[in-house]
Amino acid sequence: MSPKARLAEASKARTAKGAAARKRGPVKKTASAGKAPRPAKAVVAAPSTLHEFMTRALMMELEAAQRYTEFADAMETHNNLEVAALFRKMAGIEGKHAEQIMAEMGWTAVPGPRPGIVFWEGFEAPETTPGDEVHYLMQPYHALELALANERRAERFFGELARATTTAAVRKAARELQAEEREHVELIRAWMKKVPKPEADWANDPDPPVYTD
Amino acid sequence: MNEVATRAPLTAQSYKSNYKPIWCPGCGDYTVLSSVTKALAMVQVPPEDVVVVSGIGCSSRIPAYTTCYGFHGVHGRALAAATGLKVARPDLTVIVAGGDGDGYSIGGNHFLHACRRNVDLTYIVMDNHVYGMTKGQPSPTTEPDWDSKLSPGGTGVRSFHPLVIALASGANFVARAFSGDPNGTAAIIAQAIRHPGFSFVEVLSPCVTFRPDQREWKQMAHPAPVTPTDDPARAARRIMTDDGFNIGVLYAGDRKPYATIPGKPKATVADLEAEFEQ
Repeated sequence: MSPKARLAEASKARTAKGAAARKRGPVKKTASAGKAPRPAKAVVAAPSTLHEFMTRALMMELEAAQRYTEFADAMETHNNLEVAALFRKMAGIEGKHAEQIMAEMGWTAVPGPRPGIVFWEGFEAPETTPGDEVHYLMQPYHALELALANERRAERFFGELARATTTAAVRKAARELQAEEREHVELIRAWMKKVPKPEADWANDPDPPVYTD
Repeated sequence: MNEVATRAPLTAQSYKSNYKPIWCPGCGDYTVLSSVTKALAMVQVPPEDVVVVSGIGCSSRIPAYTTCYGFHGVHGRALAAATGLKVARPDLTVIVAGGDGDGYSIGGNHFLHACRRNVDLTYIVMDNHVYGMTKGQPSPTTEPDWDSKLSPGGTGVRSFHPLVIALASGANFVARAFSGDPNGTAAIIAQAIRHPGFSFVEVLSPCVTFRPDQREWKQMAHPAPVTPTDDPARAARRIMTDDGFNIGVLYAGDRKPYATIPGKPKATVADLEAEFEQ
C-alpha cells in the first residue's frame, strides 16, 4: 500500500474509532472532506517552437530534481537514510537529464522570460512527485512507486504533446522524449523487482508523533 | 552602473541557506519555502535587502532556511517587530511569515492593526488549521467539527475567516494560495511583494502529521475564476461566498501605504542609551 493510501486509511480509521468510543453520534464531515474533488487546471497551449518545448522539458527535469532533493533532505533529517539515498540518486538522474537538454540546446543558463517558473496544466510538472506523498517511515519500494508514477505521467505528457502540436520539430522531439520516459518506466519496474516489498505494518511506529489517535 | 545591475541574475537558489528544514516529510511548508525563494528571484531584490520576520510555530522556522536577514521573534509578535523594522528602514523588503495559530490567535490583535496601518509589508500565513508544533490542538481556523483526542467531537466554535477579516481591517492586497501549487504561489507572493502597502497571502499548507485529511486539498484547490478587484465590497462578497479553495489574488486595493519618513533618525544610539540610563 502506498504511503498516501496508508495514511488516508489510518486517518479514516482514527476518526471512526474516536467517534464510536465517545458515543457522540456520527462525526460530521469536515469542510474539506465533504467537497467533491475538483481538478486544478490552467489552460496551457502546446509549445509551437522547439525552443519553447525544450524549455518546458528542461523545467520538468529541474523541478523533479528539486523535489527529489527536498525529499532526500527531509528523509536524512528524519534518519531514514536508505530512502534519502534513493531520493538523492533520483535527483542526480533528473539533474543529468537536465544537463543533457542544456547541452543539446547549447544553453549555458536556464532560458525564459522568468527563469525557473513555468506553469503546467496541473499544479506541478508531470514528473514531479506531489510534496505530500511521502512518509517518514516509507521504504525504498515506496520511493520507487512514486518514481514510477512520475515517469508514466511524463511519458503520457510527451505523447499528448506530440499529438497536439502542429510543429514537426516539436513532434519529433516529443516522440524522442516519450521513448526515453518509456525506457525509464521499464528501468524502474526492473529496479522494483530487486527491492523488498514492504510489510503491511511498515508505518507502525512504537513512538509515534501523533497525539490525536 | 550600480552593483545590482552588474551582478548575475539571482535565482531561487540564491535565497536558500544551507540549513535543512526539519519539517515532517510531506509538510506543505517545504513548497512554501520554495515559492518564497522563487518569488524573490522573480522580484530580483538582493538577499541582503530582504528581512524575513517570523513568530513561533513550525512555519516560523522559515527565516533560517533563507539567506536573507531573519528575525525569529516572540509568539504572535512577528507583525509588531516587522512594522517597527519597516518604519525604521523603509528601504528594506520585509516579509513576515508564520502559521495560523501564531497569526490569528496569539497574534490576532497585531494582525488586525497591521492590516489597518497598511505599512508596506508582505504577510504570508501558512495555514494548516492546527497547532502542529505542540501536537495537534485546534487553531482559530480549525473546522468546528474536527474530532480529535484534544477536541473530542470538535470544538463547536466557528472558524476564523482570515481573508475577510484582513479585507475589513484595511489590508491592501488579499490573496489565497496553495502549497501544492509552488509556481502559482511564487507568482502570487511576487505580486504581493510588489504591491504597495500591507499584502496578505494566506497559503493553504497541509499538516500531514496531525491533519492527514488535508492531503485532499490538492483535489479541491482551484484557480479563482475571477480577476482581482479593487472594490472591497465586491471582494468581500467574493471571499465570503467562495468554497475556501479559490486560489488567486482576490483583492488589490489602491490605499496609500503608511508613510515613513526617509532620512537620518533624529536621535543617535548614544542619545537613546542616555535616555535609558536616566
